[in-house]
Amino acid sequence: MLGSGFDLSPALPEAFLFVAGLALLAVAAWRERQANGFTLPLVALSFLVAALLLLGRDPTPTLAFDGHFVADGFANFVKVLILLAAAGSLLLAPAWLSDEGVERFEFPLLALFSTLGMAMMVSANSLLALYMALELHSLPLYVLAAFKRDEIRATEAGLKYFVLGALASGLLLYGCSLVYGFTGTLRFDVLASTFAGKGGAVLPLGAIVGLVFVVAGLAFKLAAVPFHMWTPDVYEGAPTPVTAFLTAAPKLAAFALLLRLLFQPFATYVDEWQQVVILVAVASMLLGAFAAIGQSNIKRLMAYSSIGHVGYALVGVAAGTGEGVHAVLVYLGIYLVMSIGTFGCILMMRRQGRYVEAIQDLAGLSRSRPLMALALALFMFSLAGIPPLAGFFGKLYVFLAAIRADLVWLAVVGVLTSVIGAFYYLRIVKIMYFDEPAESFDPLPRPGLGLVVAATAVLVAGFPLLPGPLVESAQAAARSLLGS
Amino acid sequence: MLHVLLVFSPLAGAAIAGLFGRLIGDRASQLVTCGLMALSALCAIIGLRQLGEEPYTVPLFTWMLVDGFAVDWALRVDTLSTVMMFVVSCISFLIHVYSIGYMAHDDSIPRFFAYLSFFTFAMLMLVTSDNLLQLYFGWEGVGVASYLLIGFWYTRPSACAAAIKAFIVNRVGDFGLALGVAATFFIFDSISYDEIFRAAPRFADTQLAIFGASFDTLTLICVLLFVGAIGKSAQLPLHTWLPDAMEGPTPVSALIHAATMVTAGVFLVARFSPLFEYAPEAQALVTAIGASTAFFAATVGLVQNDIKRVIAYSTCSQLGYMFAAAGVGAYAAGIFHLYTHAFFKALLFLGAGSVIHAMSDEQDMRRMGGIWRKLPLTYAAMWIGTLALVGFPGTSGFFSKDAIIEATFAAHAPFAGYAFGLLVLAAVLTAFYSGRLMFLTFHGDPRADAHTMEHVHESPPVMIVPLVLLALGALLAGWVGRDMLDPEGRFWAGAIVTLPDNRVLEEMHHVPTVVKLAPLFALVLGLGLSWLFYVRSPQLPNQLAGRLRPLYRFLLEKWYFDELYDALFVRPALALGRILWRGFDLGVIDRFGPDGVAVATLAAARRAVRLQTGYVYHYAFAMLIGIVALLSWYLFVVRG
Repeated sequence: MLGSGFDLSPALPEAFLFVAGLALLAVAAWRERQANGFTLPLVALSFLVAALLLLGRDPTPTLAFDGHFVADGFANFVKVLILLAAAGSLLLAPAWLSDEGVERFEFPLLALFSTLGMAMMVSANSLLALYMALELHSLPLYVLAAFKRDEIRATEAGLKYFVLGALASGLLLYGCSLVYGFTGTLRFDVLASTFAGKGGAVLPLGAIVGLVFVVAGLAFKLAAVPFHMWTPDVYEGAPTPVTAFLTAAPKLAAFALLLRLLFQPFATYVDEWQQVVILVAVASMLLGAFAAIGQSNIKRLMAYSSIGHVGYALVGVAAGTGEGVHAVLVYLGIYLVMSIGTFGCILMMRRQGRYVEAIQDLAGLSRSRPLMALALALFMFSLAGIPPLAGFFGKLYVFLAAIRADLVWLAVVGVLTSVIGAFYYLRIVKIMYFDEPAESFDPLPRPGLGLVVAATAVLVAGFPLLPGPLVESAQAAARSLLGS
Repeated sequence: MLHVLLVFSPLAGAAIAGLFGRLIGDRASQLVTCGLMALSALCAIIGLRQLGEEPYTVPLFTWMLVDGFAVDWALRVDTLSTVMMFVVSCISFLIHVYSIGYMAHDDSIPRFFAYLSFFTFAMLMLVTSDNLLQLYFGWEGVGVASYLLIGFWYTRPSACAAAIKAFIVNRVGDFGLALGVAATFFIFDSISYDEIFRAAPRFADTQLAIFGASFDTLTLICVLLFVGAIGKSAQLPLHTWLPDAMEGPTPVSALIHAATMVTAGVFLVARFSPLFEYAPEAQALVTAIGASTAFFAATVGLVQNDIKRVIAYSTCSQLGYMFAAAGVGAYAAGIFHLYTHAFFKALLFLGAGSVIHAMSDEQDMRRMGGIWRKLPLTYAAMWIGTLALVGFPGTSGFFSKDAIIEATFAAHAPFAGYAFGLLVLAAVLTAFYSGRLMFLTFHGDPRADAHTMEHVHESPPVMIVPLVLLALGALLAGWVGRDMLDPEGRFWAGAIVTLPDNRVLEEMHHVPTVVKLAPLFALVLGLGLSWLFYVRSPQLPNQLAGRLRPLYRFLLEKWYFDELYDALFVRPALALGRILWRGFDLGVIDRFGPDGVAVATLAAARRAVRLQTGYVYHYAFAMLIGIVALLSWYLFVVRG
């Protein structure tokens, strides 16, 4: 086993990240003062290098670590997205960190280890690897949420996140043990062949209960209703760059894990889990649409918005088809760009040296900062799903997949909640363009933030012109996941 | 090319002044629009060479092509359209020039000139149309432009009301026209004039069944087209918008009354002479409506005090003459009168504008008087216009008006006798109110306050020169255009079609002498009476008005048409609207629709927000409840 199985090459990017993290940690421990400045760009750079290592890799599944780790086309695609999202959201942070006096090297390094955990999640091929990777990705996030440890809101956020995360981990572990207990194996591929060998025999009740528990644990990570309660508080309380980080990459990793779990070992039991996913999707879409209306804090609003978007993405999962997987991947790819851009704009909301978060602070932005207002308006229109922006196409793919899977009513619910959701997105545009101007924001100290926002805005507006790269590679990834 | 320039240079002017007016300024806008209008007028004059030659079509491009149904933009050039183009372009050009002076103190000069030019373009499009759809385009364009111009001073409520009134009343007529166009297409399977006119004889005396009733095909089409003409040409009973249209600036009134808009109806009837000739019932209707309007409007004109309103009713009345002529088959006489009328009516309006300008925007004749010495040129021009209007021998009106009266006498069509009687009566009334207008405005003691009288002055040359040119036209147009009445129809070269047994133009030369002299008697009688009333013994009108109080009120209130329409249509429509609005829209649709949904959404949002208490144990509880719910759902519903 050891001789032939211990080939690390499938996990090369992860290995690189790990080594880079350790090296940076070592350097930073000795040169703390200088390291506070240069660690973050280097971490972002190592994300990009890892992404480059992933490009062009063979999409055929290869196992490593005794079969607990799998590298395939699906994993490669999602990892690239995760690394890009992590790098993008990390690049939003420097200005905020130095303004708030917490420019410390631990911040990027924690993000690095969390990202490493996400990459492992995507490649997890067993229940054990699943749990371990999930924890690796979660623990740094708990710390990050409380990174501004002298601020009461941030510590509250971190603590809540940690306590509820522990509960979710408990649920997940319990589910894992049930599945293992009723099937006798941890590995996904073995599970899949066992199920396939039974030829569609009824799944043992314990296994399905276990699956529901695992799904619930993952739903917590996704912030899907009813496991979403932490989201608004953590999003609002955590430092804004952390919130930006939370919305993008971890969602992707959790979705990838969910997709792999549901479409590889449990693929033959679509009918069994479909109902559960539909229920969660509908609840998420409804809550995301309604609860956001009452918000006055833009980070809190984005929390509900992310809950709603998770609901839409789950519609694609609920379709239970390859087309659905494809739609989810496209949707998530577009969503992470929109959310990074939006948080970039939120991070620009600085007035006389203080960061503000109220929606009303955006009043009349179009007059004082026309470009920023334009970019934010683009993101809002895109989040609302208004053509021809990227967000529209994301929804289109998801709803089409649902309709093709004979879930027309689910698509109808999705469209209706989108309409309700459009209200609060458009309200922000209205406040920016039609309300009496509030005091204008401070000028941008560093160009990095503006560049990221500009790049995401171009991506959001330009997607319909060049949808190919995302749509086609997502297609390939979906095919790789379903093994067809 | 010539005609393309002719038709489209006003459009270019409108576009430049309208889109870039603010950029290039007032002066440049005036120059551009007037210059392009001059070009158009020049082309129209050159285009007169076309008279009497073979008609032809200038194709522009395809408008629409739907499953074999093709509509082209094309300019139809024949004698009728040439005459119309000449009238429209030349008069419109003079009005453009005049407006430079008249509107000098206005705030939005480019807008005004853009509208004027667009108005002209729409009318040119209408008269050069080669098919019914293009006609309809021009027709509606004219309607829009008139709306914009009547409501030009949009800060005045009365102007807005008048503009809306003109537009809505015209909608009624336009609906008829639209039905007519549809019916034509239904019957002829084409909207091209050539094909329609070629096929018309085949459909004579055929029947068309609609809603169980059966109609003569061509009569139905002609009546529907005529309904459109009634609206646009302000005939009974759709005349109410025209006097109110006086709310627009005076040059607009001149344009509406002389060159564009109201003459469209007469043109339409003449253009469709090949159809009307086969529809005697429709012709009878045209005659009856025309003659009635001629008389009705003249009676109302007797008692109006606003100088522009008097002229407005006179237009209404003269249009009645034109329709009466067309109705008895003398289309040529109708168009001839249209052509002479354009000159003297534009002259009268611009003259009135000059007076109003001089009197510091006073329009009430009761507060004028005694100003003829101060405005000698305007005075002379107005007299020329008046004499032409009343048909004084030698002036243009003499030729055309006499021709119409004689034609109605000579014709054997139904209502011809009725028309003859009313038209002669109307001629007396016309002479009377025209004389009254002149005497009240220019003669007698000054009735304006001293301050206004001090400021009375002759208008600037830019306003006087158009007046002089129009006066020349009013004097000479009749001589020049006599050929139009050629009994053999050589002048029209087939542009106006009359059946072989329609000999009106021939027979009108053989009427008894007394008929020939009737207009002259009418003129002398009317002018004499007005002189007696307003110069000789000015107390007489008031005494008479007091003696005949009800009749006076009846005329002053314009036969109560507005009140009648108000009671019949406006109030019921408003009441119905209010019921639907309060009861149905607010009560049902809004309550359960937008408002209800919005309220429910907000309530749901509030409830959703309240779930978020901030306590960790609540959150943990929710998660546990959630997983229990999911499991229960799965175990009891899915697995069942």
